[in-house]
Amino acid sequence: MTTAEAPPANPVGFGRMTRKEDARFVRGKGTYVDDVVLPGMLHGAVLRSNLAHARIVSMDTSAAEAHPKVKAVITGKTLEGLKLAWMPSLSHDVVPVLATDKVRYQGQEVAFVVAEDRYSARDALELIEVDYEPLPPVMDAREALSPGSAVIRDDIEGKADNHIFDWEAGDRSATDQVFERAEVVVTQDMLYPRVHPAPMETCGAVAHMDKVSGKLTIWCTTQAPHAHRTLYALVAGLPEHKIRVISPDIGGGFGNKVGIYPGYVLAVVGSILTGAPVKWTEDRSENLMSTSFARDYHMHGEIASTRDGRITGLRVKVLADHGAFNNTAQPSKFPAGFFHVFTGSYDLEAAHCEVTGVYTNKAPGGVAYACSFRVTEAVYLVERMVDCLADELGMDPAELRLKNLLRPEQFPYMSKTGWEYDSGDYPRALRLAMDIAGYEQLRAEQERRRRAPAPQGAPAPLMGIGVSFFTETVGAGPRKHMDILGLGMADGAEVRVHPTGKAVVRLSVQTQGQGHETTFAQIVAEQLGIPPEDIEVVHGDTDNTPFGLGTYGSRSTPVSGAAVAVAARRVRDKARLIASAMLEVDPDDLEWEKGRWFVRGNPTSARTIQEIALAAHGPLELPEGVEGHLDAQCVYDPPNLTYPYGAYICVVDVDPGTGVVKVRRFVAVDDCGPRINPMIVEGQVHGGLADGLGMALMQVIAFDTDGNCLGGSFMDYLLPTSMECPSWELGETVTPSPHHPLGCKGVGESATVGSPAAVVNAVMDAIGVRHADMPLTPAQVWRAMQGRPLRTDLALA
Amino acid sequence: MTVNGEQVTRDVEPRLLLVHFLRDDLGLTGTHWGCDTSNCGVCAVWMDGEPVKSCTVLAAMASGHEIRTVEGLEREGQLDPVQEGFIQEHGLQCGFCTPGMMMTARYLLDRNPHPTDEEIREAISGQICRCTGYENIVRAVRWAARHAAAGQAREEVSAP
Repeated sequence: MTTAEAPPANPVGFGRMTRKEDARFVRGKGTYVDDVVLPGMLHGAVLRSNLAHARIVSMDTSAAEAHPKVKAVITGKTLEGLKLAWMPSLSHDVVPVLATDKVRYQGQEVAFVVAEDRYSARDALELIEVDYEPLPPVMDAREALSPGSAVIRDDIEGKADNHIFDWEAGDRSATDQVFERAEVVVTQDMLYPRVHPAPMETCGAVAHMDKVSGKLTIWCTTQAPHAHRTLYALVAGLPEHKIRVISPDIGGGFGNKVGIYPGYVLAVVGSILTGAPVKWTEDRSENLMSTSFARDYHMHGEIASTRDGRITGLRVKVLADHGAFNNTAQPSKFPAGFFHVFTGSYDLEAAHCEVTGVYTNKAPGGVAYACSFRVTEAVYLVERMVDCLADELGMDPAELRLKNLLRPEQFPYMSKTGWEYDSGDYPRALRLAMDIAGYEQLRAEQERRRRAPAPQGAPAPLMGIGVSFFTETVGAGPRKHMDILGLGMADGAEVRVHPTGKAVVRLSVQTQGQGHETTFAQIVAEQLGIPPEDIEVVHGDTDNTPFGLGTYGSRSTPVSGAAVAVAARRVRDKARLIASAMLEVDPDDLEWEKGRWFVRGNPTSARTIQEIALAAHGPLELPEGVEGHLDAQCVYDPPNLTYPYGAYICVVDVDPGTGVVKVRRFVAVDDCGPRINPMIVEGQVHGGLADGLGMALMQVIAFDTDGNCLGGSFMDYLLPTSMECPSWELGETVTPSPHHPLGCKGVGESATVGSPAAVVNAVMDAIGVRHADMPLTPAQVWRAMQGRPLRTDLALA
Repeated sequence: MTVNGEQVTRDVEPRLLLVHFLRDDLGLTGTHWGCDTSNCGVCAVWMDGEPVKSCTVLAAMASGHEIRTVEGLEREGQLDPVQEGFIQEHGLQCGFCTPGMMMTARYLLDRNPHPTDEEIREAISGQICRCTGYENIVRAVRWAARHAAAGQAREEVSAP
């Protein structure tokens, strides 16, 4: 120890404790996929298209095959022979593993080389000659449905345009009526630009097909190992019991590691063809240009209200750019994810949205980056619209929100688009955020600064204050409504207490940094009174964990956390029966106190969970119907989604000469129900706030009109550093979910969802402009101040 | 070169990056590979006592030099205060940027034992973390600064 003071003892249950997983990470002893080394392992590399739209005329791989260190060259033709050239997408479409007919975005997979080492595999890519016939790229989503537009998906029989789907939610005619009689209507177009989650670890896999046993083992950067295993079985026709997916330590996911990428499949094919293990690890440019992007929603919003600021209706039309293949990862029945939660935190009379999805010559994906299945876009839309309305009415944006927020007595609240919000006290959260920020004083300071005479020399910074309030809908989800490719979104858990009273819990979900090894031990500890350090958490290995759909959409605690809690309570119930046999009393005469069952009225007559565990494995005569050992399992089917929420306030200073935005303060009040480990929850919020700040101010994956990706490296795709991030100021309220066994609502994505609007609202407040699209780079802010904000998704000539 | 105090001799291709040499040839996988463009810093190690981004240093350039990686932070089974600080203040989540962050933090504290928050932020500004929003990394370095004295005192006591 290097500390003089003794560290506090771990709580036996909920509370702050340091993480069990940190011991390996701080020593550099984590095991990420690229750290996996197997005897005789080969290395794969992917040849990618340099064009966004082109027909493949011919391909010559002979020189690559002749390279002395190359073991195999795989093309679309190879895969066609194996019936693996195309695989099903997660959204009723198909995705090529390797292009066979055309390339449809820059960075698409064209060929795969397997060689003796990393560098030789890359060398051999240079030796492959591809003859392309360039086709006109469709880069502007707003032109994708124009009659003259090139047809991207001519692989789909009869396809004559770039249309994917039309979808709507809410009551159109009721909403139209609200707008017809509205006293005030404000309209605003806005783009939530394409961004990329960019976890620090890129995607990769090590595949090993054991020809003797016929068992395929895949170490893979996946947030959903079980779903991947089932999909491999369905797509490749491999028997599911002969596939083992291991997701070891994952260096961040944020939704980027939900889908199955061609590289994973190619590593598998490479291993099958060469008989050796094959590793594939993408580089940063491959990650940014080809894997799951997020957002890319072109939104037309309309908000209706009375003159005194009572919001009555919301109407939205969305053009959703899904890239070249519809491969969004979301519950099957919801092509726009949960976007229809766009009524946000307000009590409206009516609301309606229409979403049209289109193909463009961009990478596929679309639901990623801590978005809670498009809740991010929805929250941004409504929170910007409310600020636009405040601007129109000349009202303070916090006051306008307080006037319209749902009231505590309205819960459970059925929204106008069909969501049943579980619980909340919204005004309390916003008032707390205003107290922490000192909202009145901030407004007074802003007023003072605005009235102050202009200084000599450089102009004074413009101060802005932005408010946002968000409601999330997470924890997908009830299996009768929610599935991914037919797999219901329920998750399993197993809890087993060993004879000596130590325990193991096995999870279907997969941490990418969230700290499951600690949090889930604490959930069991809280239920059974076994110290968390005595509880091993097993996850990320399909051979050793129960089935479930994995970690994304803030679903680990809402779904898997519930499964673990219920399983642990079943263990507790069984322990009661065993304790009754040990104490020779009726089970009904026993009472539970964390860690032991005791005889009511006689607290010294008791058996601890550890004593019970030993007895459960011993010769004790067990009550009728009770089997030996001490374990239980649960498959948790959530009765409803959970609805975490929060109130955020951002203070910025904008340099009017350069457009540079400095985030001075950021206050975040979150309500995610009870906090299992407050330290971890706060860490999740911090990270999400940085994400939101990044998207608001600097992150964008844009394209030029020739189809070139302009965000293909960290020199071009800017991420926030320690210098742009303020010291986050957090607050909390606690409103348990009534239907979750622990009352917990999930928190992983809250801050990413809620924060971008607060930053943008603050900048608009500072510069006195109603709207400019993200990212609010210095150039964009400066242009907005001149009344000429840029379109940020395209570099237009 | 020496790596964490041990002499290492290998024949390598002239183009081999130091990060790949450390990871693939020496099995020191605590140093990570993140961006190839010197932007992210997950590959940060020390060369002759100075932090470098090992994705933009050739292994051959490190010949004859001293390299220190995250595996060399712990001394005789004793965690460096920086490592302990990252645990105590929750300075890491996925752990991928952590080794590089800690190497930079150790370098900072060796030169400036009591840095301000601004100095800590400046020191790690060439490195990216996607999980923590940096706040707890700053706190972790502060923790290490507060506890360094105790650690050093013990080292003096235990010195022969």
